Amino acid sequence: MIDTIVIPLIKILIVLNATLVAVTYMVLLERKVIAWAQSRLGPMRVGPYGVLQPIADAIKLMIKEDITPVRADKYVFTAAPIIAMVPALIVYAVIPFGPTVNIFGHPVPLYIADINVGLLFIVSVASVGVYGIILAGWSSNSKYPLLASLRASAQLISYEVAVTLTLVSVIMMAGTLSMVGIVNAQYNQHIWYAFAQPVAFIIVLIGGLAETNRAPFDLPEAEQELTGGFHTEYSGMRFALFFLAEYANMIVVSSVVTTLFFAGWLPPFPNTSWTRFLYFVPSWVWFFLKSFVFLYIFIWIRATLPRYRYDQLMRLGWKVLIPLAIANLVVTGIVKVLML
Amino acid sequence: MAQAITFYTLSAFILGFAIMVVSTKNTVHSVLFLVVNFLFVAALYVTLGAQFLAVIQILVYAGGIVVLYLFVVMLVNLKRPPEAHQDPHRMTRLGFGMAAAVLLELGMIAAYSATAPPARPPVAATAAIPVSGNTEQVGWLLYTSYLIPFEIASMLLLVAMIGAIVLAKREL
Repeated sequence: MIDTIVIPLIKILIVLNATLVAVTYMVLLERKVIAWAQSRLGPMRVGPYGVLQPIADAIKLMIKEDITPVRADKYVFTAAPIIAMVPALIVYAVIPFGPTVNIFGHPVPLYIADINVGLLFIVSVASVGVYGIILAGWSSNSKYPLLASLRASAQLISYEVAVTLTLVSVIMMAGTLSMVGIVNAQYNQHIWYAFAQPVAFIIVLIGGLAETNRAPFDLPEAEQELTGGFHTEYSGMRFALFFLAEYANMIVVSSVVTTLFFAGWLPPFPNTSWTRFLYFVPSWVWFFLKSFVFLYIFIWIRATLPRYRYDQLMRLGWKVLIPLAIANLVVTGIVKVLML
Repeated sequence: MAQAITFYTLSAFILGFAIMVVSTKNTVHSVLFLVVNFLFVAALYVTLGAQFLAVIQILVYAGGIVVLYLFVVMLVNLKRPPEAHQDPHRMTRLGFGMAAAVLLELGMIAAYSATAPPARPPVAATAAIPVSGNTEQVGWLLYTSYLIPFEIASMLLLVAMIGAIVLAKREL
């Protein structure tokens, strides 16, 4: 009873709340980091150094007027932000934040579920998130959102191919689809897959940027061309849901990259005896530290690189990343066969 | 008991959404009901212990193919179908024909399952598969017992892909 219902429910509650808090503070972090990159201070007014800014933002967004355009398709217009947000949160069910630990003498795994098809589950649930963007653009009944949503869906589908193909080579290395299994495989093979599969790591990182509509691939929300993008007609909390979904997806991508390429919750050099002391830091702290590095890289890239042009984006996706992913897959297969 | 309740609940949802797909006037809504329908089919696979199939169902159908449907539906104006100068009863007759065919098929299934010998076990018994885990078992079967159908299916996909490229690019 406790193991099957109570503990999973508590874990779900913690993960959902932690994610939403993390997402709001990601927004603050992004504003701060970009401000520092541009020699500004960023939000400073609410709380010391602006640390209460996300709360003020949330209150503002909730009490704002929520407008539905008269000619919009009401049901789809309401459903679209929800469809964008829900897959981003469901994915956390299979992300391992740590191994099984003893809490008050009770073994508790630090993940909600370890399923046999973990990685595929993440890919497939994330692919459903595309609907949120497409439907938001279509249901607004307005030309800029429609154009943005068409762009977004073409972009997401293109990069999904490259990323999924690349993930196959990681799966071949690990011999399992389970997220926990992939971390354990890196422990047993004495290598972080970022070093065994550097090409795959780069492709997944670039693809992850494109899948989350982040700069330099943020064409679906190119303000100069589209007056805002697929969420132009949205206001208040429904607009905020798109925003939160984007940041939740960023955290998902960082967590997946951490798990697949940087051995998730394991400390650096987990096998050598003289680095044993690194185990004194709890496993989930290592996980969050590693994920944080990637979240920071996301923001750093946004502050540094200008946006791609649409044809450049498509050329990069189809003519560079996909052939590279296929070549990487073939090489991985050959090496794997030769080493067995 | 619990399994039966789950099965019939899921089936009711699947059939309900399937009816919504064909009865909704708005094409985009109908495509969306199709997505929900596919998600419930995936849930049905999970109750059968076929997690791999369930996830592939979501990835390929709900996440891939229907997105392309939606693309076409959004881009093509479907507001005014050219029905005005056609025989108004053509659709009705077509509908009756299809319904008769489906009924005939259902009747044949019912008659067959009433008279058929007890179902033979699946081609490869699970005991013969040397790997554990749903994904591994599917992979094992695909590359042993079902290798030729698998290769034929992939050839078919390749042909379709080349065909699409040839159609799209007239001069290569």
